[in-house]
This record gives sequence, structure tokens and C-alpha cells, in this order.
Amino acid sequence: MKRHIISLLMENEAGALSNVSALFSARGFNIESLCVAPTDDPSLSRMTLVTTCSESVFEQITKQLNKLIDVVKLMDLSEGVHIEREMMLIKVRAEKEMREEIKRLAEIFRGKIIDVSDNSYVIEMTGDSDKLDAFVHVIPEDHVIEVVRTGVSGIARGVKSLTL
Amino acid sequence: MELSGAEIVVQALKDEGVETIFGYPGGSVLHIYDALFQQDDIHHVLVRHEQGATHAADGYARSTGKPGVVLVTSGPGATNAITGIATAHLDSIPMVVLTGQVPSALIGTDAFQEVDTTGISRPCSKHTFLVKRVEDLAETMRKAFYIATTGRPGPVVVDIPKDITDPSVKIPYEYPRNLKMRSYSPVKKGHLGQIKKAVDLIYNAKRPIIYSGGGVVIDNSSGSLIDLARELGIPVTSTLMGLGAYPASDSQFLGMLGMHGNYEANMAMHEADVLIAIGARFDDRVTGHIAHFCPQAKIIHIDIDPSSISKNVRVDIPIVGSVKDVLNDMLRIIREGDRKIDNDGLTSWWERIEAWRGLGCLRYEQSDEVIKPQFAIETLHKVTGGDLYLTSDVGQHQMFAAQFYKFDKPRRWINSGGLGTMGFGLPAAMGVQMAHPDKQVACVTGEASILMCIQELATCKQHGLPIKIMLMNNGYMGMVRQWQEMFYEGRYSHSYVDALPDFVELTKSFGHVGMRVTKPSDLEAAMQEAFDRKDELVFLDILIDPTENVYPMIEAGKGHHVMAMSPASKQGDQR
Ligand SMILES: Cc1ncc(C[n+]2csc(CCOP(=O)(O)OP(=O)(O)O)c2C)c(N)n1
Ligand SMILES: [Mg+2]
Repeated sequence: MKRHIISLLMENEAGALSNVSALFSARGFNIESLCVAPTDDPSLSRMTLVTTCSESVFEQITKQLNKLIDVVKLMDLSEGVHIEREMMLIKVRAEKEMREEIKRLAEIFRGKIIDVSDNSYVIEMTGDSDKLDAFVHVIPEDHVIEVVRTGVSGIARGVKSLTL
Repeated sequence: MELSGAEIVVQALKDEGVETIFGYPGGSVLHIYDALFQQDDIHHVLVRHEQGATHAADGYARSTGKPGVVLVTSGPGATNAITGIATAHLDSIPMVVLTGQVPSALIGTDAFQEVDTTGISRPCSKHTFLVKRVEDLAETMRKAFYIATTGRPGPVVVDIPKDITDPSVKIPYEYPRNLKMRSYSPVKKGHLGQIKKAVDLIYNAKRPIIYSGGGVVIDNSSGSLIDLARELGIPVTSTLMGLGAYPASDSQFLGMLGMHGNYEANMAMHEADVLIAIGARFDDRVTGHIAHFCPQAKIIHIDIDPSSISKNVRVDIPIVGSVKDVLNDMLRIIREGDRKIDNDGLTSWWERIEAWRGLGCLRYEQSDEVIKPQFAIETLHKVTGGDLYLTSDVGQHQMFAAQFYKFDKPRRWINSGGLGTMGFGLPAAMGVQMAHPDKQVACVTGEASILMCIQELATCKQHGLPIKIMLMNNGYMGMVRQWQEMFYEGRYSHSYVDALPDFVELTKSFGHVGMRVTKPSDLEAAMQEAFDRKDELVFLDILIDPTENVYPMIEAGKGHHVMAMSPASKQGDQR
């Protein structure tokens, strides 16, 4: 089993996203996160998809994705050197002596406090998924109110790129 | 030219060269039906159930290679069509299904006769479109035909909201003939390096076999397959879907393989050292237990669909491309070279195959009293001189037909292999007969299957379709009964079809000819009479042996070499 990050370009059309997600459920493929938005070319959407599976299943996933009519191109980012980022908004209880402690932890993780109330913070944090996991873990469990994550998006390092 | 959306639909069909469509009207397609009414080029066949329309279009497509076209209304019209869409999808049949949809403004409101047609059909079609603007209609129609007929073919659904076909809104029309899609460009040519590797492997083989599938039929590659097999002198086996692509009467043909395949075909698969899979997809009914599949073979797999390759079975030399292009390249390389296949190896391979063949795995016990289904199919072959388009329903009769009707030409054997859809046979035969008005067309069926689309007898009357229906009436869902006999100690749970209609009278009430045959000695004359009545639909209710089972049969969870054999075959179980 290996974690793969698939980056794909697809037609920005009604139904394209459902075609991808329906494929995963119909064929029993596992999907960990999926992140999609239009690109600088408004006729195209870019999707980043994370899945953990065996090599043979991964081969099927890429073949089946390529077979979808709306999918223009795809690449396996995890095949080469790449950068992956995920953004998290986390709301934590911050009262009394914990107000300072949480602020300090957020700074260590290069998070930004973007909302403050009498007894809570909202912290914005970007990084790879492990870093975000680590931050969630250092906050005492009973202080975590809400966690919102975007899912991974990524890009290859160097000149290698996924474009038309 | 300025046209309304409804007129664009009809004009686009003409521009695609469509002559016949199968459909059923309803509220959301009334504009289109009105446009159809005002022209004579496209012939519309009114069915009696939308499932019938899809199977008929499917039969039309299978027998001609041209796309079948369906027109149905929204809601129940679309849901009734789903079984037929899924049937075509699993067998890679080119089809364009036009479904009406509620007006755009009502979509999502649970309007009258609204269902999410693209959502429902997405997992069982090659692609779906929902038309959002009348300006997109012509291009969407072109895309639908292009996608349906290229690459690995399949059904494409075009969902058209009623306002899009509004007759009062006219727009300029031009058909986009030279469509290109950046997201869809199926390969045709196979990789030459891979093809050369495959040829090398074949020349080094001692026990090669060709495993040919529906892709050979779909890509009209029968001629290339025959050339290749003859050039090499090697055995050929075929899937249920591929029957006819290689002539069954040829001595190099080992018959069908798989669950109810011939002993010699399955044994040769098991013992082969090189397997050449052509347009076949290693379906579980073919492979038996995957762990025991072709244990000794290196596998070459030619297929247009990359996702078919190494899906179920890992292959050694994949070749992605159109079957015809790849086979022709292969033939050219073979003919240009001066290599010879290992003749001694091949001779002893054929000796072994002949020994397996000698068992006579299809032998059955003939009877003077009761008609055996195998005998019925053999008689059908005799009466029709092997020149027949034969559609089938699903069950024992389907397997008997596949085993005993020796198809010598492609596109003659028309059955639902992938989905196994009971109810397919009669409407599919309508599509075949529409496409081939002067040819003999028959449907072999069971008394359970035929009742699933029996209403289409009315369509046959209205459109004068002289189909010959061969009902193998055993009073049981025979295939279910066989499994219950073998695996459930004879507990025949709900597989006995009680309260059957009198099929002869039923047929007559639809205005056709019905006849019953009960004695083996009357069968040939009855079939002869049926085919002599050239302009009439004849329904033969053939009462057959209710206890007959289909053999050989690969045992559950076993490899190709473990088959239960018919009591009449010389040897008992092979273990
Ligand atoms: C629509 C559908 N429902 C159920 C089945 C499962 N099934 C497969 S064969 C069969 C029995 C068919 O009986 P009949 O048409 O009499 O054919 P026979 O096997 O007796 O020749 C059934 C129920 C199916 N293939 N299709
Ligand atoms: Mg029956």
C-alpha cells in the first residue's frame, strides 16, 4: 500500500466532478481527499486526489480516470519530487492560561490566529498533511472545537508540469 | 439554415446517417416527435416498453456495426431504458439514447416525471450529457455519436430538457462534422515494439492458443483473425461474445471457452504456454478461478481499452490499439519475416488437443420421446443452413445455442453476455430484422425470459417483422434449476414457472402464427414451416426435456481443467 497524489485536469463542465467521484464509489476505490477548482483557463478544472492503495489498484485508478471522457490529462505527483500543501482552519477553546499556550503553539507551527473571541481562537495553518495532523495532536483534545481542512493540493518541483 | 431544437435533433440524426430509431413518446419529447412527424427520412419504430427500444437499438447495432438510436421521454421513460443501456454498456455496443427531460427551469424541483437521468445512467453508460443551451445541441449530438462509436464503443445518453427543443426558438444550424475533443482521442495503432515482442513470443511458443473475444466482432476484424490463425496454424477459442468471428466449422476452432466452454478449449487454455488474447476482457465467466487461470502461459493482450489490460489477470505483453490495426501489423511483420513456428511442438500440441476433442464433450443422450434442447438447436442449424441471425435470451437455452449453433460469421450471434439480461432476445431480434429485412432472424428463448418483453409481439405486428421465435419451453428457469440441483441439493426454490400462458394462443391474440411441438420427430418439419412462412412471425412453443443440464461446467472455484461432464460424454468428471 502506498499513498498517491493524483493531479488531473478536466473539462470544467457539469457532471465532470460527479463522474470522478462516482468512479471511485462504483469501483470500490478508496479516496482520502479531493480538492478541485477552476484554473487560469476557465474551461479547465484542476483536481488533486489522494488515495492509498496497492500498485495494481493504482494502475486501475489511473486507467479508469483517463478513460473518463471529461478527463484531459493526469499525473501521479508522488512519482517524482513535488510540493504538497493543505490548509486548515481550526477553532480552539482558549481560556485563562491556555490563551498564551495555544498562541505559542500556533507560532511554533507558523499558524496565524485570524479570529479571536473571549474564549476561542481560529487559527489558519498551511503545510503538508503530517504537519497539520501534528498540530491537531498537540492541542489538548478537549480544546479542539472544530477542524476544517481543504484536502491536499500539490505541484511538481522544477520545470515538470501538468498543463495542456 | 435556421432550426428549432427539436428540428436540430432530427437533422443531426440525418447528418449522422441514421435511418431507423426506436422509441416511445411522452410529454418531454413531444416537440421532437412533432419534428419527426414532419419528415420521411428517419423511420421510427414504436415499441411497447422503453426496455424494448434499447434492446432493439442494441440488436440493430450488434448486427450492423452502426450505432443504435433510442428516443424516450423523461422519468419512467428514462428509467425503463436503463436496463437496456446497461446491457449495451457491458457488451460495448455503440448506442445513442436521447431522453427527454423536464424544462430546465423545473430541474431539481421534483417536477412531474423528473428523474436525474444523467445521474442514474452515469455508472452504466460510456458517457452522459445534459444539454444546457440549444446552441450546444448540434455539437452535443455529434459528440454523442463520436464517443459512442469510437475507441471502445458504448452507449451515450443525451438528456434534453423540453425547453431546449421549443419549436418557436430557431437558431442557425451547422453540423460540426470535424469534431475534435482534447479530452478524448482513442488510440488506434498499437505500439510496434510491443507487437514485435508479441510475435517473438509466439514464435517461441510450443503450445500457443488464441483467445478471441467480442472486440474482434466489434472492430470487424474477423478476416484478420482468420488470416493470423491460418498463417500460424494455431488453435482458436472464443468467448460467448466473440462467437462467429472465427468460423465454428473450421478445424482450428476449439469452440467456446469458460464456464460452459468446450473441454478441449478449456484444457488447451490450462496447458497453453502462450495465450494471445484479442479483444477479450478476462471476464470471470471465462477465467474460472483466477488463481488457477492459464498457470503456464505468457499472456499477450490486444485491446483498445487500456483499463481492460491487467485488470483481472496480469499480462506480459499488453498492446493497446484497435484489434484490426494491431492484427494487421502483426500479420505484416509475420509475413515479412522468414521465421517458422516450431512445427514439432505444434504437431504434438495438436495431438493433445485432438485427444481432448475426441472426448466429445458436447455429446448428449438423444431421445425419441422428448425433445432435447441440444437437438432443437442442431435442427435449427440444419433448417436454416447455418445462415441465420440468432438472438438469445438468458439461461440454459442461451448456452445450448452458443454451444450447438455453429456460427461461421460474425454479427450473427446476438446475446447479452456481460449483463445477462433476460428479456433481451425478442426486442433485439426486432432491431436485427429492421436492419436486415430480407434475412432470416430467429430468437431462441425460455418461457421465463420471453415473458419479460412479450409485449413487443405487438411491435412486431405493427412493423411487420417476421421473426421466428424458438421457445425452449422446459417449464423451469432452467439455469436456476440447474444450480439448485447441483449446489442446493435439489431445493428448487421459486424456479418453477407456474401458471404459464398458452403461448400458441397468446401469439395468435397478437395476430401472429403460433405452433406447438412436442415430439422430436415433428421438430424439423415445424421449424421448416416456420421459416417457409417468410412474411409472418412464427412462435414455436417447443416443449423440451425439463431436466436437461448444460455441460461441460467448470466447477465453482476451480480452474479450467476441472469440469463436470455430461453423463453422455465418454469420460465422467475430469479431475
Ligand atoms: C432480468 C434477469 N433476472 C434474473 C436473471 C437470473 N436468471 C438467469 S437465467 C434465469 C432463468 C431463465 O429461465 P428461462 O428463460 O426459462 O431459460 P432456461 O434456463 O430455462 O433455458 C434467471 C432467472 C437474469 N439473468 N435476468
Ligand atoms: Mg425455462
